[in-house]
Amino acid sequence: MGSGQRTPFENPVVEWIDSRLPVFTMMQKEYGVFPTPRNFNYFWNFGAIAMIMLVLMIVTGIVLAMHYTPHTAMAFNSVERIMRDVNGGWLIRYLHMNGASFFFIAVYIHIFRGMYYGSYKKPRELLWILGVLIFLLMMATAFMGYVLPWGQMSYWGATVITNLFSAIPVVGESIVTLLWGGFSVDNPTLNRFFALHYLLPFVIFAVVFLHVWALHVVGSNNPLGIDTKGPQDTVPFHPYYTIKDTFGTLVYLILFCFFVFFMPDALGHPDNYTPANPLVTPPHIVPEWYFLPFYAMLRAITFNIGIPFTDIVIISAKLGGVLVMFGSIALLFVLPWIDRHPIRSARFRPQYRVALLVWLAVFAFLGYVGSQPADAVKFGIPLSYLGLLGTVYYYGFFLVILPYLNKHEKGRDLPPSISIPIIESPEPAAPPEKRR
Amino acid sequence: MNSRHFLLIAVSALSIAASPAAVFAAEAKQDMPTPADLEAAAEIPPEGTVADEAHAPDHHAAAPHGHVDWHFSGMFGSYDRAALQRGLKVYREVCAACHSLKRVYYRNLEDLGYDEGQVKNIASQYNVTDGPNDEGEMFERAALPSDHFVSPYPNDNAAKAVNNGALPPDLSLITKARHHGPDHVFGVLTSFGPPPEGVTPGQGQYWNNQMQSLISMAPPLQDGQVVYEDDVPQTVEQYSRDVVEFLAWAADPYMEERKRTGIKVIIFLAVFAGLMYAVKRRIWAKLH
Amino acid sequence: MASNTKAGHGHPQDGETRRDFLQLTAAAFGAVGAGVFAWPLVNSLNPAKDTLALSTVEVDLSQVQVGQSITYIWQGKPVFIRRRTPEEISEAEAVDVSTLRDKQADKDRVQRAEWLVVVGICTHLGCIPQGQKVGEVKGEYNGWFCPCHGSAYDTSGRIRKGPAPLNLPVPPYTFLSDTLIKIG
Repeated sequence: MGSGQRTPFENPVVEWIDSRLPVFTMMQKEYGVFPTPRNFNYFWNFGAIAMIMLVLMIVTGIVLAMHYTPHTAMAFNSVERIMRDVNGGWLIRYLHMNGASFFFIAVYIHIFRGMYYGSYKKPRELLWILGVLIFLLMMATAFMGYVLPWGQMSYWGATVITNLFSAIPVVGESIVTLLWGGFSVDNPTLNRFFALHYLLPFVIFAVVFLHVWALHVVGSNNPLGIDTKGPQDTVPFHPYYTIKDTFGTLVYLILFCFFVFFMPDALGHPDNYTPANPLVTPPHIVPEWYFLPFYAMLRAITFNIGIPFTDIVIISAKLGGVLVMFGSIALLFVLPWIDRHPIRSARFRPQYRVALLVWLAVFAFLGYVGSQPADAVKFGIPLSYLGLLGTVYYYGFFLVILPYLNKHEKGRDLPPSISIPIIESPEPAAPPEKRR
Repeated sequence: MNSRHFLLIAVSALSIAASPAAVFAAEAKQDMPTPADLEAAAEIPPEGTVADEAHAPDHHAAAPHGHVDWHFSGMFGSYDRAALQRGLKVYREVCAACHSLKRVYYRNLEDLGYDEGQVKNIASQYNVTDGPNDEGEMFERAALPSDHFVSPYPNDNAAKAVNNGALPPDLSLITKARHHGPDHVFGVLTSFGPPPEGVTPGQGQYWNNQMQSLISMAPPLQDGQVVYEDDVPQTVEQYSRDVVEFLAWAADPYMEERKRTGIKVIIFLAVFAGLMYAVKRRIWAKLH
Repeated sequence: MASNTKAGHGHPQDGETRRDFLQLTAAAFGAVGAGVFAWPLVNSLNPAKDTLALSTVEVDLSQVQVGQSITYIWQGKPVFIRRRTPEEISEAEAVDVSTLRDKQADKDRVQRAEWLVVVGICTHLGCIPQGQKVGEVKGEYNGWFCPCHGSAYDTSGRIRKGPAPLNLPVPPYTFLSDTLIKIG
C-alpha cells in the first residue's frame, strides 16, 4: 500500500525515508488528502473516539500490568496497592476502569450509527463484519479484564460466564474444565485470563487496522447514504475531519473525565471491593453495564424447548439462553444480508427508522431488565417475561421486520447528490425528522 | 446542515448508553424491603453467616435515614480533618476491637493532619510480630509507621471463633464495598432496634433496620463512650458520623487530590475544546 | 484517528501552509495535554509509597565481634558492615590519598573508625564482592575482592586494583546508640 506514484517531499529527512518506505506518502494519502464526504454529522466522530479510547486503554493497561500480580492470593492486594501506594496509580486505574465503559459507549454509538445510516450495506459488508468482530473481541477482553481485580464480582462473574459453555451438549463440561484449568475458577484461570487480557487488545488493534483499511478501499458512507459523485461531494480528510474529530473527541473526553474524577466507581459494582470468596455468592450477580442487554437475553429463556405433549427436550432452557445470547450477536454479522433494501440511510426509510428506534429502546430496556434481580417483578409483570418480550422484538426486528421491509418499504426519493442540497438550500433536503 | 440536530441525538444516545448508572441509582431508591425480604432475612443459617453484613439478603436497601450530608460529598467536597481525627479515635477505641483495617498504614495518618512524630507515637502503641530473627524466632516489636494497622485477630478463623461464627469484615474498603457506602455504614451504626414481629434473635444476634436483618454485631456505640477533646457532642450519631468520615478516607484516601485534579483537567479540556471548535468553524467556513 | 495530528504535514488544498494564531494555540494545547497525560504514567514507575516507607533499616551491632563482618539488606542492596581490627584501621589510614584512583581519606568514609559501613556492590558492573564471610578471598588489599572482573578493595572499601572506577559507596547512616545504627 502507499506505493506507486510518489510526489517528493521538501524535507530531506522525510524524503529520504519516504523514498525507501513510503509511510509519509501513505499517511498523506489515507489521512491527508483522503476524499471524505463533506456532509458528515457528529455521529461520524465516534470511530475516531473509539480509536482514541483503544489507545488509552492499551497505554494505561500496559502501565497497570507493570504493577499488577496475577495470583489469587495477591491480585486484590496488588490492585489496592496501585490505588494507594503507586504514584498516581489511582488515576491510571480509574482511567482504565472507566475507559472500558467509555470505549463501549463510543462503540455502541458507532455501531448504531452504522445501523441508522445503512453503513453495512454493499459495498461495506466486510467493513461491517470486521467491526462486529472488534465488538466481539472487546467483549472478551472486557470480561477477562473484569476478572483481574479478583473481587467478588470478578470471581462470580467469571464463574457464571465460563459456565455458559457447560450448556453445550456432550463436550460442555470438558470445555469448562479446560477454560478453568481446574475444577473451579482458580489461580490457573486468573493467570490465563491475564495473559489473554494483555494479548487481545493488540489483536483488536490489528483488526481495527483492517477495518480502517477496508474503509479506505470503499470510502465512507454518509448521512444521506448515497454515493459520492465527484470532488464537489468530498473534502480532504485533513484538515476538515482531523479538526472536527479532535473537537468531538475533546467533548467526549470531558464527559469521560467527569466520571473518572468525580464518580469513578459509579459504573462499577461495590461487591468488587470485597475480595473474592469462593464460598459465598453475592445475592445479586450482575455483569458490567455494557453486557446487561445480552445478560437479559440469556436469562429470558426459562423454559425447555421440546416436542409438545411429550417429555422430549430438544433444547434445554440453559442451552436456549446461551444460544439466544450468542445468536443476538451472530445476527449482527449477517445483517448486510438480512437487510437488502436498496436505500441505505434511515432518513429516507421512515418505516425502517421507526422500527430501528424501537429496537434501540428495546435494547436499552433489556439493559434495565438485565440489571434487575432474576425474580424481580415490575409493573406487576415478572421481569423475565418482559425480558422475553424484548428478546422477541430484538429477534423479530432482524428476522421478520427487516425481511418484510425489504419487500414492502417504498422509501423517499433520494437527493441527486451530496453537494446539491448543501449548495442550493440552507435547509437540507427535508430529512424526515424535520417534519415534527 | 442539521448537524446540531444529530448532536442532540448523539447526546441522548450517550445518555441512554450511560443509563444503567441512573438505573442503579433509581433501583436503590425503589428497593424498600418487602415482607418477603424480611422473611428471607429471618432465616438464619446455623453457622450464622448472615451476620457477615456483606451477605445480607438485600444490601441495596436505602438507609432509613436517607442521605446524609457529608463534608466530602459533591465536586468540591473535602475531608474534615477534625472529624477524621475524631473518627480515628472512635475506630481505635471501639471498632478496632473486632474489625481490622489492614489496607491502611500508620504512615497514612499524616493525611489526617498529624506530623511524623505523632504518627510514630500512635504506631508505637501497638505491637506487631516480626521475624524470624537471626535465631529463627518470631518476636514482638512496637509497630512502625511502615506497618499496617494491627488487626485484632491473627486470622479469619480466630475472628470467627470468638464472634459466634461471624467474620467482622475488614473496614479498609467498607464505604466503597456497599451501595451508597457512607450512608449505609452510618445507617447500620445508628439503626439498631427491636426486631419486627415474628423475628426471634438467636444467641448474639441483633436486629438492624438498615440491614433489615439480624446481624451478629451488637450495637457498638453508646453516648459518652468515647471522650472527645473538642466540644463536639459525644453522642452515638456524632461518633457514627466521625467514624464514617474516617472510613471514607480510609477507602478513598486520594479523593481530595482526585477532585482537585479533575477540576483542572476539565477546565483544560473545555478550553481546548472551545479552541478546537473555533478552529473548526474557521476551517469549515472556507467551504461554504 | 490517533494519527490525525501527525498527518498535519500535508498541505491544505488552498496551497497555503501558514497557520494562524488560533491553530498554533490549539496545537500547543494538544502538546501540553499529551505531556501532562504522560507524566503520571511515567511517574508511576518510580518507587511507590510502600517501597519508600521501607527505605530505612535499623541494625543491631551488639553481636558483632572485632574482625567480623555482617551483611544487611537495605533498599534491596547488601550493606557491608565490618568491625575493623586496629591493624585494618591503621592500614586504611596509612594510605597516601593522592595515590588512589578515587581519592578519599579513610576518616571521610567512617563515622567511628571501628565501624566501616559500605554498600556492597562493585562499582564496576554491579556484582557483589567477596570477603564478608570467613574464608572468602579478601583480595590483595585485605578488603573485598570482586570475582567478576577482579576489582580489589581495601579495608576502607576503596578501589585499589581492577576495572572498577569508584570506591564502595557509603550509605547515609546514623548511630542511634553505641550498638544501634539506622541506615537510610
